[in-house]
Amino acid sequence: MGSRASTLLREEEIEEIKKETGFSHSQITRLYSRFTSLDKGENGTLSREDFQRIPELAINPLGDRIINAFFPEGEDQVNFRGFMRTLAHFRPIEDNEKNKNAAPAEPLNSRTNKLLFAFRLYDLDRDDKISRDELLQVLRMMVGVNISDEQLGSIADRTIQEADTNGDAAISFNEFMKVLEKVDVEQKMSIRFLH
Amino acid sequence: MLILLGLVLGGIVLIANKKQLYQLEPALFFLFLLPTIVGDAGYFMPARLFFDNLGAILTYAVVGTLWNAFCTGFSLYTAKVLNVIDEKVQADLMDFLLFGALISAVDPVAVLAVFEEVHVNDTLFIIVFGESLVNDAVTVVLYKVYISFVEVGPANVQTADYFKGVASFLIVSIGGTLVGLVFAVILGFITRFTKKVRIIEPLFVFLLVYLAYLTAELFSLSSILSMTFCGIGANKYVEANISQKSRTTVKYTMKTLASIAETIIFIFLGISAVDKSKWAWDTGLVSCTLVFILVFRAIGVIGQTWVLNRFRLVPLDKIDQVVMSYGGLRGAVAFALVVLLDGEQVKAKDYFVATTIVVVFFTVMFQGLTIKPLVNWLKVPRSTSRKPTINEEIHERAFDHILTAVEDIAGLQGYHHWRDKWEQFDKNYLSKLLLRKSVYRKSELWEAYQKINIRDAISVIDQGGNVLTSARLSLPSMASRASFPEFTNVTNYLRENGSGVCLDLQVIDNVPGAKVEEDTETHHFLAGNLYKPRRRYQSHYSRHFMPLGEKERQDREVFQRNMKYRMESSKSTRHKRHKKERSIKKRRGSDPKDESAEKPRRNVSWHDKEPVLVPVDSEDDKGEHSEKEDDEGITFVARKVETPKPRPKSVPAAVEVSSSPLASPPSRPPSVDTPLPWIGGVGSPPPCVSVEATKIIPVDLQQAWNQSISSLESISSPPAPPAADTVHPRISALSRIGAPRPASYTPSSSSSFFSTSNTQLVQGSFLFPEKAPKEEDEDESSHESQPLMSTLKPPAPPPPPKPPGAAPGQGRRKNPRVFLRSLVTAPPADSTEPRSRGPTQL
Repeated sequence: MGSRASTLLREEEIEEIKKETGFSHSQITRLYSRFTSLDKGENGTLSREDFQRIPELAINPLGDRIINAFFPEGEDQVNFRGFMRTLAHFRPIEDNEKNKNAAPAEPLNSRTNKLLFAFRLYDLDRDDKISRDELLQVLRMMVGVNISDEQLGSIADRTIQEADTNGDAAISFNEFMKVLEKVDVEQKMSIRFLH
Repeated sequence: MLILLGLVLGGIVLIANKKQLYQLEPALFFLFLLPTIVGDAGYFMPARLFFDNLGAILTYAVVGTLWNAFCTGFSLYTAKVLNVIDEKVQADLMDFLLFGALISAVDPVAVLAVFEEVHVNDTLFIIVFGESLVNDAVTVVLYKVYISFVEVGPANVQTADYFKGVASFLIVSIGGTLVGLVFAVILGFITRFTKKVRIIEPLFVFLLVYLAYLTAELFSLSSILSMTFCGIGANKYVEANISQKSRTTVKYTMKTLASIAETIIFIFLGISAVDKSKWAWDTGLVSCTLVFILVFRAIGVIGQTWVLNRFRLVPLDKIDQVVMSYGGLRGAVAFALVVLLDGEQVKAKDYFVATTIVVVFFTVMFQGLTIKPLVNWLKVPRSTSRKPTINEEIHERAFDHILTAVEDIAGLQGYHHWRDKWEQFDKNYLSKLLLRKSVYRKSELWEAYQKINIRDAISVIDQGGNVLTSARLSLPSMASRASFPEFTNVTNYLRENGSGVCLDLQVIDNVPGAKVEEDTETHHFLAGNLYKPRRRYQSHYSRHFMPLGEKERQDREVFQRNMKYRMESSKSTRHKRHKKERSIKKRRGSDPKDESAEKPRRNVSWHDKEPVLVPVDSEDDKGEHSEKEDDEGITFVARKVETPKPRPKSVPAAVEVSSSPLASPPSRPPSVDTPLPWIGGVGSPPPCVSVEATKIIPVDLQQAWNQSISSLESISSPPAPPAADTVHPRISALSRIGAPRPASYTPSSSSSFFSTSNTQLVQGSFLFPEKAPKEEDEDESSHESQPLMSTLKPPAPPPPPKPPGAAPGQGRRKNPRVFLRSLVTAPPADSTEPRSRGPTQL
């Protein structure tokens, strides 16, 4: 598989992805082999079913949400570019990147984009607000069945109240960022991709 | 500092006895002092952080310590060969290696003592501290291996023995860890069944953690590792199983014991430093050791960090490395080990002891004291001791899941992957085995949520129990009543409630500052009616935290009791008054809320009141105060005399309608200002209190009561005062002004005051009208019904200015309802006000 993957990936494509995502060449080829191994249909794109075939993802409470995050709105196929673009959110921020933060296009792995990714997991209807219901759904996924609706509801209420600064009973992205401003998101939303 | 103290102490002892009486006995140290410190460290180790950095910790602990030990040993030997070290030091390569082994290990006690003070960021701390804990295994093994080598003699050591050494290292460390984990499981399992014997829960924790230490020691395994892992492993399950009280006990006992042990260790170190008999100074050895230790530590750290940073998500930067190198403190473990050396085998023992003491002193004293300025200078990111908010809890959990999923998708078997695996295992097997069923059902998120809520509640109470008006809502009236009489039970009750939904509600209610006025008002009304017991409770609870709370509570109680009395005497009138007052109080509460600065505000108002009231001797206040005292003490009778007096005064003043004008005029104005807040506070409780309170009220009170009846009427009748009060809280300045007025009191002034208050205090006026109607309704209906009424009423705010006037007029009570309503509807407040005032003033 691995060899095939690298052969299928064209150099210029790699270059583009490198530029866009900041992954290194070896990381890209490695991830491409992973991509092709997931791609059971062998058509160069991944479908939801391909993702759902990952056994660990099946037991991940947020698995479905995360799979959805890979798919652009309205589509149910993702190509390697999109795949990499999503993964790039989790690339750790490197020192030399911090300095050139002034770059015109914000890198995908910036703090804001990391947070935005997490925020989108909550925000199902894409109205840029986490409503109580949306929060409740995610909470329900994360806590399992041991907690009563009432308890969960009070947690959700509390959460929203804590974050809500403009009184609309929902969490906007700005409020979301504000709530987490003391959290080391750069670290907690990063994965060490093998070189 | 402690070492200095020890030095002084040692000097005294030496002068007194010419002989060292106390010194750090290795047995004492290893059996008692060290376990307490390590146990504390292990049990309260932030497990997540520890495992997040496990790789770095292990590297530093194993590789770093080995590196230090060998380099120091060989370098010292080289120095010896080069004659830098004096001839008197009879030591060969083996001895130096041995010395290097025991001197190179970073000491957990010293690191804890110093780094807890410095508050560097968590990662840095956990790496240095974790290293100091884990390198115990390395130290122990090296030490034992060398000891055996020394005993056998270097010549007889065969190659196989070196491999045995390596093997024994693995056995010692892994064995120690396993022993610790086994005990952790046992501990978790035991605490699962201690529900009926809460008292021995802490005992089990201590015993088993300690047993883990002893067992490991028994088998020559790494006892520190064992204890650490026992603590880490058991913490989660034990904390979940044992009761809150046991948790507190464990926590504070462990912390106390640990700091005691630490203190003792340092004192002993100081004492032993002045023990001449053991001194054998060799400048060459001492200076060489110091230099080598520092240099190799720095080299080791830099080298390892360079390697580690290639794998770490968050690289350690140069500043971290500097702090880590500098934080390589040696301590009591090294000292105890060196004292343990056999003088027969190791000829240079005395030199080694002296050198160790110097090294320990240098690192702990000099480096320990200078590391803080260094950290400041280097601007090392500090740890912020900040509790996570519920949002952070939730979102960070979500992050974890996201990362795990992404790792899975990317096909990486990374850290998150394994942690997730572990969590699954933990959830599916361990937790079922080790946790109580009741606990097992709860989710961690919920726990965190409760914790946060309890914390918030406590902080709220800290800020002044008054604020919690909304919280009361949550409490069922029934419960409150039941709890009401028994104050002692209150705290328990609170706790139970606190863990539950009630507190949550409260928090929620409090949090939204932007609530609509109406909502708040309804809340307050409801709260006033339902939640008196709660209030008490909270105030009682707050007693522990704040004197203020206690005062308030007392005031309230007193007030309530008075009210009950009155009620008994004349139910109908009483009811009305109660309600009125209550409503007033409610208004008050609502007002402050509306104002925004609920908590602080209230407190402030109370403060103001109290000072003001006392000097002025406002009738109402006085009466209440006296009553308060009576209630509290058993000395009711003795104080009787006083109580009646104040009462009458207050009564006339407050009501003043028919009572003697003498006392009333002066007192009156003050009463208005002060009573208002007061009433507000007290008002809510009365309804609940009623039956019991009445019973409780002493006979003396009754006398006072008779006198006070009139006063009560007056109170009830003069709505204006309450209004003024409500206003006052908002405008502290006004209240102040009001107080002075009493002295110079004149009808005109009072009237003007009221008018000003009315105008300024629109909100207050609103409340009043509402209240009045309510009260009236309530009078007829049961108290219970009140809340409903109140809720309904608040929305409809009658003309503000009028209410005060109307209320006073109503004071008579005859047809209060109708009258009030009419007043409310029709705004001739001004006219009414003067009227009511007039009589009172007169």
